[in-house]
Amino acid sequence: MTTPLIPVDRILPVLDEPEPVRRRRRRALGKASPLTYLVLTFVILASVAPLYYMVVMASRPNSDITSTPPPLTPGDQLGENATRVFANPDVMFAQSLLNSLMVSLVATITVVTLSSLAGFAFAKLRFRGKNVFLLAVIGTMMVPVQLGLVPLYMLMGWLGLAGSLWSAVLPFLVTGFGVFFMRQYVSQAIPDELIEAARVDGASTLRIFAQVVFPAMRPAVAVLGLLTFMERWNDFMWPYLTLSPENPTVQVALSRLSGGYYTDQALVMAGTLLATVPLVLVFILFGRRIVGGIMEGGLKG
Amino acid sequence: MHLRDRLARFDINGAPYVFIAPFFVLFGIFGLFPLGYTLWVSLHDWSLLGGNEGWVGFANYTELVGDEYFWNSLLNTFAIFVIATVPQILAALALAQVLNTSLRALTFWRIGVIIPTATSIAAVGIIFTMMFSRDFGIINWLIGLVGVEPIAWNQERLPSWLAIATMVDWRWTGYNALILLAALQAVPKELYESARLDGASALRQFRSITIPMLRPTLMFVVTVATIGGIQLFTEPLLFNPGANAITGGDTRQFQTSAMYVVEQAFTGQRFGYAATVAWILFAIIVVVSLVNSLLVRRIRSVD
Repeated sequence: MTTPLIPVDRILPVLDEPEPVRRRRRRALGKASPLTYLVLTFVILASVAPLYYMVVMASRPNSDITSTPPPLTPGDQLGENATRVFANPDVMFAQSLLNSLMVSLVATITVVTLSSLAGFAFAKLRFRGKNVFLLAVIGTMMVPVQLGLVPLYMLMGWLGLAGSLWSAVLPFLVTGFGVFFMRQYVSQAIPDELIEAARVDGASTLRIFAQVVFPAMRPAVAVLGLLTFMERWNDFMWPYLTLSPENPTVQVALSRLSGGYYTDQALVMAGTLLATVPLVLVFILFGRRIVGGIMEGGLKG
Repeated sequence: MHLRDRLARFDINGAPYVFIAPFFVLFGIFGLFPLGYTLWVSLHDWSLLGGNEGWVGFANYTELVGDEYFWNSLLNTFAIFVIATVPQILAALALAQVLNTSLRALTFWRIGVIIPTATSIAAVGIIFTMMFSRDFGIINWLIGLVGVEPIAWNQERLPSWLAIATMVDWRWTGYNALILLAALQAVPKELYESARLDGASALRQFRSITIPMLRPTLMFVVTVATIGGIQLFTEPLLFNPGANAITGGDTRQFQTSAMYVVEQAFTGQRFGYAATVAWILFAIIVVVSLVNSLLVRRIRSVD
């Protein structure tokens, strides 16, 4: 275990059971002035401008893209450009979407399941060394695992998985963030009485988890699932290094597209749009939950 | 003792360990072991194809000290990290303050600031690389409107650093603002109320209440930014599309250390040397994080 980079005395308050949250409308700190809305509007514009630019470029022919002044409104070529992306034999775009889906799904399922198990244990069970283990979990969030890429690559070779989709998934089957996030949720949202009642009825720990606790964790499962899926869908560095050329994820396919066809900007942008849109849609649909998840998941020392 | 009692006892004493074991086992195998083993590999002459070709002690490390490409990558990494992180944290703090007022359509604004984080790094790298392109990029066109000559963003050192820092900040500022906002909302309102009664100005309240109360979260944000920033890889890789992307420009003007690790491992096929660079980077992350924590802890409320 490396030294936790967050001083322990800052974390220790975290080790106390979190207070159950009483949902009530926050009393605001101050009135929002028109200036506030102006600043926020500017921030939102800056947030979406590059994505808007992507849409403009993806829907134009290359002749427009290389004209001056640059086009500022979307054109009508999106369909053609998208068709060219899928038809490009080097990029294997359709296959890469499927690969990304599989990698993201597998990691999401294992992260949610194993995090729920461990989070429940940390929140509701008593065992020796609990705080030390919990600090270790928090410490793992601070470990730059990417830097182990050389032995990780060797390890995949030893396991006979070099280049396969499995090699892209294995390092992400668990996350410290997931365990910590689930622990916070279970501590706050699931009353001890519920568990004690099940114990009195003679249920085993696993049964309590499966039949009492896990069903009550649905909101947290949804949020952690969303965050994990997004993170895996967007992974770049490790898949780029480990996957064989015939097995790209969509992000790796994109980098190949931009590397090989950077003179064909309409093609590259259409591919980028296709890879981004599903996620932005998910985000707009479930944004409220994701925002809540991020705000709950930040370490509150 | 009957089997049943034993089972019941194990269920109470053993079950918790069974529940947390999968996390630790998997993290140990795929997270901790590779990182630790990096040190071992770095002490060997180890190639991609030939495998372990023998113990060389600290030879890789002495070579590293004289390796100008390594120092160049470290300079780029740190320059981009500082250029990106300082404004990012300040902007995130300001944005968190702005979001911590009574807003209409609260969720809309919050989702708005977080959309960049949902965009993949690869997409960000590709989109911004096009925006920063010399001849037809929208950035050069925009600065041209106010009379600035077109800049060859990915040819020169400082412009390339700025462009890459922009990508990092676009993606992360809103996310960090939300984390800081969560911490802001945890500050007891009574503190501000009594400060107001004592006649403290808004600025004074910010300095004496907000910053000290935010200290742990600030430290978390800064540490995460440090760990991410020192491993910066994707944005600079995609900033120079083409066959030599891994060198970070024709004169390595924006090759980061993480890119150098990958170049040595996969282009140069020198696993031992790549592991050495990676291990030094890890040591740097630990040191910088400790320095960060000291700095952040120095922030005291001015009584």
